[in-house]
Amino acid sequence: MLKQAKLILEDGSEYHGTSFGYEGSVAGEMVFNTAMTGYPESLSDPSYRGQILVTTFPLIGNYGVPGDRKEDDLFRHFESEKIQLSGFVVSDYTEDFSHWNASLSLSDWMKEHQIPGIYGVDTRALTKKLRNGGSMKAKIVVDDQDVPFIDPNSRHLVSEVSTTEIKTYGKGKHKVLLLDCGVKNNIIRCLLKRDTTITRVPYDFDFTNEDYDGLFISNGPGDPKLNVKAIEHVKTAIGQDKPIMGICLGTQLMALAAGADTYKLKYGHRSHNQPVLLKGTKRCYITSQNHGYAIDTATLPSDWEVLFENANDNTCEGIKHKTKPFFASQFHPEASSGPTDTEFLFDDFIGMMETYKDKV
Amino acid sequence: MTHNIKKVLVLGSGALKIGEAGEFDYSGSQALKAMKEEGIKTVLINPNIATVQTSKGIADEIYFLPITPYFVEQVILKEKPDGILLAFGGQTALNCGIELFNAGTLKKYNLKVLGTPIETIIKTEDREIFAQELRSIDVKTPKSMAVGSIDDALNAAGTLGFPIIVRAAFTLGGQGSGFCNNMDELRVLAENALSYSSQILVEESLKGWKEVEYEVVRDAYDNCITVCNMENFDPLGIHTGESIVIAPSQTLTNSEYHKLRSLALKIIRHFGVVGECNVQYALDPNSEDYRVIEVNARLSRSSALASKATGYPLAFVAAKLGLGYALQDLKNAVTKTTTACFEPALDYVVCKIPRWDLNKFEGVTKEIGSSMKSVGEVMAIGRNFEEAIQKGLRMIGQGMHGFVGNKNSKFEDVDKELANPTDMRIFAIAQAFEKGYTVNQIHDLTAIDKWFLSKLENISKLKWELQKVNELNSLGTDLFRKSKVYGFSDFQIARFVLKPEDGNMEPELLQVRNARKKLGITPVVKQIDTLAAEYPAQTNYLYLTYSGSENDLVYENDNKSVIVLGSGAYRIGSSVEFDWCSVNALSGVKKEGYRSVMINYNPETVSTDYDVCDRLYFDELSFERVLDIIDLEQPKGVIVSVGGQIPNNLAMRLHHSDVKVLGTSPESIDRAENRKTFSAMLDDLRVDQPRWAELSSIEAIHTFIDEVNFPVLIRPSYVLSGAAMNVVSNKNELEHFLNLATQVSKQYPVVVSEFIQEAKEIEFDGVAKDGEILIDAISEHVEFAGVHSGDATLVFPPQKLYFETIRRIRKIAREIAKSLNITGPFNMQLLAKDNDIKVIECNLRASRSFPFVSKVMDFNFVELATKAMLNGTIPSQMPSMFELENIGVKASQFSFSRLSKADPVLGVDMASTGEVGCIGPDYYDAILKSMLSVGYRIPKKGVLISSGPIRSKIELLKSTQMLQKKGYKLYGTRGTAKFLSENGVEIEGVAWPDEKGEITALDLIRSKEVDFVINIPKNLSEDELFNDYQIRRTAIDLNVPLVTNARLASAFIYSFCKKSLETLDINTYSHYLS
Repeated sequence: MLKQAKLILEDGSEYHGTSFGYEGSVAGEMVFNTAMTGYPESLSDPSYRGQILVTTFPLIGNYGVPGDRKEDDLFRHFESEKIQLSGFVVSDYTEDFSHWNASLSLSDWMKEHQIPGIYGVDTRALTKKLRNGGSMKAKIVVDDQDVPFIDPNSRHLVSEVSTTEIKTYGKGKHKVLLLDCGVKNNIIRCLLKRDTTITRVPYDFDFTNEDYDGLFISNGPGDPKLNVKAIEHVKTAIGQDKPIMGICLGTQLMALAAGADTYKLKYGHRSHNQPVLLKGTKRCYITSQNHGYAIDTATLPSDWEVLFENANDNTCEGIKHKTKPFFASQFHPEASSGPTDTEFLFDDFIGMMETYKDKV
Repeated sequence: MTHNIKKVLVLGSGALKIGEAGEFDYSGSQALKAMKEEGIKTVLINPNIATVQTSKGIADEIYFLPITPYFVEQVILKEKPDGILLAFGGQTALNCGIELFNAGTLKKYNLKVLGTPIETIIKTEDREIFAQELRSIDVKTPKSMAVGSIDDALNAAGTLGFPIIVRAAFTLGGQGSGFCNNMDELRVLAENALSYSSQILVEESLKGWKEVEYEVVRDAYDNCITVCNMENFDPLGIHTGESIVIAPSQTLTNSEYHKLRSLALKIIRHFGVVGECNVQYALDPNSEDYRVIEVNARLSRSSALASKATGYPLAFVAAKLGLGYALQDLKNAVTKTTTACFEPALDYVVCKIPRWDLNKFEGVTKEIGSSMKSVGEVMAIGRNFEEAIQKGLRMIGQGMHGFVGNKNSKFEDVDKELANPTDMRIFAIAQAFEKGYTVNQIHDLTAIDKWFLSKLENISKLKWELQKVNELNSLGTDLFRKSKVYGFSDFQIARFVLKPEDGNMEPELLQVRNARKKLGITPVVKQIDTLAAEYPAQTNYLYLTYSGSENDLVYENDNKSVIVLGSGAYRIGSSVEFDWCSVNALSGVKKEGYRSVMINYNPETVSTDYDVCDRLYFDELSFERVLDIIDLEQPKGVIVSVGGQIPNNLAMRLHHSDVKVLGTSPESIDRAENRKTFSAMLDDLRVDQPRWAELSSIEAIHTFIDEVNFPVLIRPSYVLSGAAMNVVSNKNELEHFLNLATQVSKQYPVVVSEFIQEAKEIEFDGVAKDGEILIDAISEHVEFAGVHSGDATLVFPPQKLYFETIRRIRKIAREIAKSLNITGPFNMQLLAKDNDIKVIECNLRASRSFPFVSKVMDFNFVELATKAMLNGTIPSQMPSMFELENIGVKASQFSFSRLSKADPVLGVDMASTGEVGCIGPDYYDAILKSMLSVGYRIPKKGVLISSGPIRSKIELLKSTQMLQKKGYKLYGTRGTAKFLSENGVEIEGVAWPDEKGEITALDLIRSKEVDFVINIPKNLSEDELFNDYQIRRTAIDLNVPLVTNARLASAFIYSFCKKSLETLDINTYSHYLS
């Protein structure tokens, strides 16, 4: 029998719906995403750690969830080892999925990972509330089992999603040191496709004395400023000349290491349709994004510059060092889910490593 | 932004036809708007006088001329433009552009093609080059071979193996295409396809694969976006114009979605498209394998749909990109703050359903396939699939109440219906669930994705739940709400729960409505904002849904809203002309200082552009939904008289629900619609009408016919385009048509009236206020009465009416207007024979000819009518049709070539899909231009004549003599040849199709010895009917111009004998008005 559930926001508003997935209550930070595809990817994206996600696209579950086949020691169809977000809110949920590649329903997958969901909610009304009031604390309550509100941003979320041991992938010619702050599998896949050997290290690992050709700082959840050790290590790295690429949280860490500041956006960018301009050109790319914090460009030191800018709200979408091979994008060139138009940035990174190696 | 274009030529798409309909009025209007914004002078060539784009103030100059290289060159000579837009007038404009390019005309006049380069267009249109190009960038296309002869086609099939698909190159909407399972089928299809095109393609069949489309935009800086993707509910094998389509795609994973998206970007970059382009894919339902089926490097039906589905104005943006703008330089038209360089995020789904009118045609095959037959479409918006599809099935307007609850869809062989799709297949699926079929069983028969099928099964299951309940009180809020969330109408709920007898269900329906409102179950209004609520929308593009708890809008309740009800899906009898009326009513409402509110659901229209009104409800025109919107808007009133018959039919029901209907009172509308009360009124006014009787038994019909004699006209009451209406000349036909007529209207008895032969038919269009006529326009038909007014050729102002006739018509009109106390638009059809005038119909609404007469007279009838209805200030001076110096001729466009096997003959039932209107200094000039505009060509060689009954033989005598004088070689079927040679015309007799062993009429057509066929039906013996049908159909199938009406044939022959292309008057619309 279908169970009723409630979504309660910190401002007191309540939305009634039906429970799916795990039948338990949960609290987290409420955020919205306007993507129309890719719920298995989103749910397993470590950047959603601690958050309750509402998708504005109303029909969810249509193509089920693919099986957990592994390739290169990574789940082929997921972005990490498990569902990372805390709760999932949708308008219309489909249990009778249909797809050749599916092996279970979304609800069953969420049950497996003990993640509650609620459907039948006016997700547009909810999204407008978040747009106007900003991301806020929320909880899904099933069976009247109330739970207290929590602010996941006060936790060090990165420590919850980062690897605890050093792992190696691939046997390529470029040695990439991957600082894992909650890396998405597709970043690893994108690098592996490009003839690399990846050493994936925990977020607080001191990599400064390691042997590598290029440093990659991954995406991840939460407030970037909480990653004090990582920022210190990156600061050391930017004092040297080895190529560095960052994505999302990695971009913010690079900025903080360089001495710039970051701030929390009202409701963030979570979508597949964010236009970003390559500064100084007529090129505008459609990007996949998932972030709640941004770089304050006014605080960028003079040897850094804005690489990409959001064409809608002019926020910073990427930075680069004026002379050294360091660059980073706030958006996700690895996509998954979302458009793949900026995957060429990985090629740029490889190119930088080649140039660097040619020089030394 | 740099461009030095000062004046552009824009090619329209001409008359509406199957495969090329109102969507190009929308895209052309958008392009013109974009040019205007840039201060560029625009010159539009489009003979479609009923469109919004050919209204004053949209283009700087308009030419109502055929879109053919000759006429376009004449306009170029006159106007000296420096740029040309080819992508906004469908295949017609594109083909004309390619011809101009190939002939060197564009180069000769140094004309820059704005947007996508013409070389690109040619590459995408030539299937072999296209496939080669795609292969060169590792993009897969179906295995295919281009051939130019039947033998080569057979060889190609041998290599590829059956089943295969045959396609003709350079045609619209899949004309001449089809599937073949063996050599015999291939031979037939290849011959037909080769008659349309010198090149055909024989391809591997991908039947059963998913069909997915992307709308892609690219600017000159190589920025690319996909604005929308769409998935066909019907798998590959059914033309996308014939498919139910859902946007965005529903069964594709992220990886599939973005794989196809990336390919689309790769393709558009490779071809160098600047502007908009559509890429169609086949996607394997069991892997990520795919094929690119088609690329259209122009605005298309799909792009119009995508614009409406997303709120992203593709045509407008494409036009700007053609001028050299970068995507990010343009603003998002909805938010006005964010950039146009983005991909819309939808927080709803849309469902497009085609509208067919196959019942209107004698002999047409009902099966749908790779060639397009539908005449219109609807788009339904919902927050789940069930809601969207149920809404959509109601919008189609063929008496369906949704997916379930339809009494008039019973199939004897469900399996066959499922496996061989017809226009009714979706209802066969409903019946299959009813019979206990599982999703898997239906999938096996249809190959429709199980996701769609299980959603449909949800609807059936919910229906069964409702049927278990017998009264509204025991329904329960949850089930009640759930039914509404999944798109059930109050009518469906009434039918399943209250289970009333058939017939008028109005009381039960209102009972459900009241119970529902008492429980607080009402729909909410949501905005389409392109960004799924991420940014606020500045426009009011709205829909209603039950999947929601709050309105996006705050209502003022200031009594300032005026709601205009639109015309719904284009269909035979109601198309772009009512869209023009709606758009003009909206601007009239605005001018009077009210808030203009539109309700309509046709994605092919300008009236559903959120820019033309203050609020657009893209939703149903059902009684229920209109009341829902009225509940929210609390309007000053509702205008029901500009959207054709759909809103007209709501007048009385709204009136009974205490809704203020603006203009003529609904009681008067009802009085005019009801034959009995209308006839009684005419009797009172001593106005003559053909004798008629409303009869409900066969005996009574026979008795009445004994009195008035054959032929008689038989029709049901409440008709727009004469569904099941027909002239019956003998007892056999009588039986046949009675069957049809009773099927169409169970509740209404049959009306039989005397049919007057050789009578002139006259249209009266007018606007009145408080019973006084403010302005009128009288036009005459070229054809005698008996050809539906929507198919007839109209001349305005009339050239061959007695002054006395006109004077008496005006007197009758005045009396009727007074009697019905008309305020607003109205139209009458009359017969005149020897000054004897009879009224045959009166509609208290705008008619199909309103845009035509408004434009020829240069006076906007609809705006005046709106003023009258809103009690605005009426101008004191009105123009008079007697002062017009030029003549307008409105000709009809037929789409018989699309309707395989249909008999291309005209009758009292309407068959045309569109129309044009041309203006000229004299009658023959206007006739010839208008007929050339609907696809007739001046013959160069020979004419084949079967002149039918003696009356038409006499009618044609003089014109055949003219043909002979002009040196045409004439051929006639036996009787015709005999009659004409006896009368001194040199003519060669040929055998009828069924006379074996001789050279038959068909051989002549096939060998292209004749390039014009006149075939006047006789309605006599079965043999002759068959023979005539064969001639007509062969002419159509082989694309040889055909006329089936003697009066029209005469008018055409006179025109091209008295005039030549070179002597036709080439002038702007404004020239004719000055």
